[in-house]
Amino acid sequence: MSITKLGRTGGGPASGGGTDLAVRAEGLAKTFGGHRAVDGIDLDVRPGEIFGVLGPNGAGKTTMLRMLATLLQIDAGRAEIFGVDVAGNPHMIRQLVGVTGQYATVDENLTARENLWLFSRLQGIAAPRARRIAVELLGQFDLEEAADRPIAQFSGGMRRRLDLAASLITRPPLIFLDEPTTGLDPRTRGQMWDTIRGLVADGCTVLLTTQYLDEADQLADRVAVIDHGRKVAEGTPDELKTAVGNSALQLVLAEPDEAPTAVEVVRRVLGSDPVLSPEQGRLNVALDQADLAADVLIALRAAGVSISSVSVAKPSLDEVFLALTGHGADGDEEISDTEISDIEISTEENR
Amino acid sequence: MSTMTAPAREAVRAADRVAAARRRVSTGETIVQTLAMAWRALKKMRRNPEQFFDVALQPILFTAMFAFIFGGAIAGDVQSYLPLMIPGILAQTVLTTCMATGTQLREDMEKGVFDRFKSLPIARIAPLAGPMVADLLRYTIAATLTFGMGLVMGYRPGGGAGGVLAAVLLAIITGWSLAWVFTWVGTIARSAQAVQSISMMILFPLTFLSNAFVPVETLPGWLAAFVRINPVSHLVTAARDLANSALVSGEVAWTLLACLIVIAIFAPLSVRSYKRHM
Repeated sequence: MSITKLGRTGGGPASGGGTDLAVRAEGLAKTFGGHRAVDGIDLDVRPGEIFGVLGPNGAGKTTMLRMLATLLQIDAGRAEIFGVDVAGNPHMIRQLVGVTGQYATVDENLTARENLWLFSRLQGIAAPRARRIAVELLGQFDLEEAADRPIAQFSGGMRRRLDLAASLITRPPLIFLDEPTTGLDPRTRGQMWDTIRGLVADGCTVLLTTQYLDEADQLADRVAVIDHGRKVAEGTPDELKTAVGNSALQLVLAEPDEAPTAVEVVRRVLGSDPVLSPEQGRLNVALDQADLAADVLIALRAAGVSISSVSVAKPSLDEVFLALTGHGADGDEEISDTEISDIEISTEENR
Repeated sequence: MSTMTAPAREAVRAADRVAAARRRVSTGETIVQTLAMAWRALKKMRRNPEQFFDVALQPILFTAMFAFIFGGAIAGDVQSYLPLMIPGILAQTVLTTCMATGTQLREDMEKGVFDRFKSLPIARIAPLAGPMVADLLRYTIAATLTFGMGLVMGYRPGGGAGGVLAAVLLAIITGWSLAWVFTWVGTIARSAQAVQSISMMILFPLTFLSNAFVPVETLPGWLAAFVRINPVSHLVTAARDLANSALVSGEVAWTLLACLIVIAIFAPLSVRSYKRHM
């Protein structure tokens, strides 16, 4: 499948401050041993947008982010942040970018307040102001009560919040979030989403990675899909979803032997092939409209194919990958169908 | 997370930030950052007091043990061995203490917070130098306990309080300087355990192939040659002169020179390997 390039209509926020993109990367590459973790990625992130990088575990998302954040050396290609060369001026880049990693990067030996104080002092903020900022951020992230407790007693969600708070001390114009909601419960996830939207409202640009199509859909203005270190697609979430159909019909056949017949029937009704899942007798059918599901089912009945289970759902990341790359989002065990559909429900409410 | 609905804050303007961004860390900033890191290390020490076990126990244990084991054989009796041995023990404890610097740095570097330190616009040397500043406290404790134990056992330093203080100060300076070697080991080794074993291999020859516990004259020529150039020997001799006769000998200068050379080599090496790490 070719790359869906999108040109957002209208100037967007970029036209305000100059022509500099928030992030511009060309042919970014990183090799570990013989393995090309990032294999020539181009990226354009406009100021004021939320840009999502979507991909399964091991796709190279984190490696890419770490290169942009000066945490890893860039092996090939180049990158600029607000027009500043990343490899040439790492110290300037570190002043422009706030990084929140996938794993909490706060000090376990200190309390929440002490952590914020330390990171403020390290960035040259005078003691009284550092104290004020700590109080402000603790309030903003609902951590006042836990402010003086050791981090060891914090829940995963609290750590994530403190981690994000620590990245916002100097209010950097660009914020990198590496899988900000992986492992969070749906409620905390929703709060994290609100916070991220708030950052953009303040004038920040956000580059985030995620494994969840739904998260990219909810938050991102534009999305790049990464697989095996390469960009396989880019566009708005809507464009991406259209590429895989607006909904997916999942069928499990009572007789796996009948799969070829079923494929034939689907092709006749929809004019496109369904994707046969690795498990025997499971079919994924991309649908432009959910209504078409009925047509498919009626045609299957008429052809005498019996079905043991049926469901219609929004496409999962797995289906996006099947559609874009011809293989599933492998190496990704964490994401399950139930998890996706849970979030789908909250998606509906938020929109 | 009661989101950002709160007071409308001044918008973040990227162009202003780029204009305000500095290209380098100034010396003043480096000092502030190092002190902030030292503060962190002190907090950590206070919350994990078991770190002080080696610092506190070793001088007490070794002083008693060595005095009674070697005292008679080397100096005739324990009393006359003490002036020879206490400065030796002083050097040894300080060295052991600075070995811990490397091990703890390695352990620390494996934690997520070091990722944040790397992503912040701070001097690369600050996360290394900060803990070393805090370690001055440990050297002071170790050195004080060594002399304290000596006094308890009947050691009466001829150099008086001034001489002893000068000896302690010299030992602290040397310990801090040599700690850069172990810091470097900490940045290149793969695990804290590896740091420990590599450090042991550096530490044992340095302490025992010196004049810390035995007079050099008793050694075979080839060994005596090494013992004479060993910086630990210079420290021990200088400390003996200071503590026992309040004499500022040329050995003090040699010791300080050795310290400078060690820092000049190992501080840049450590920073370089720390930068490359991860």
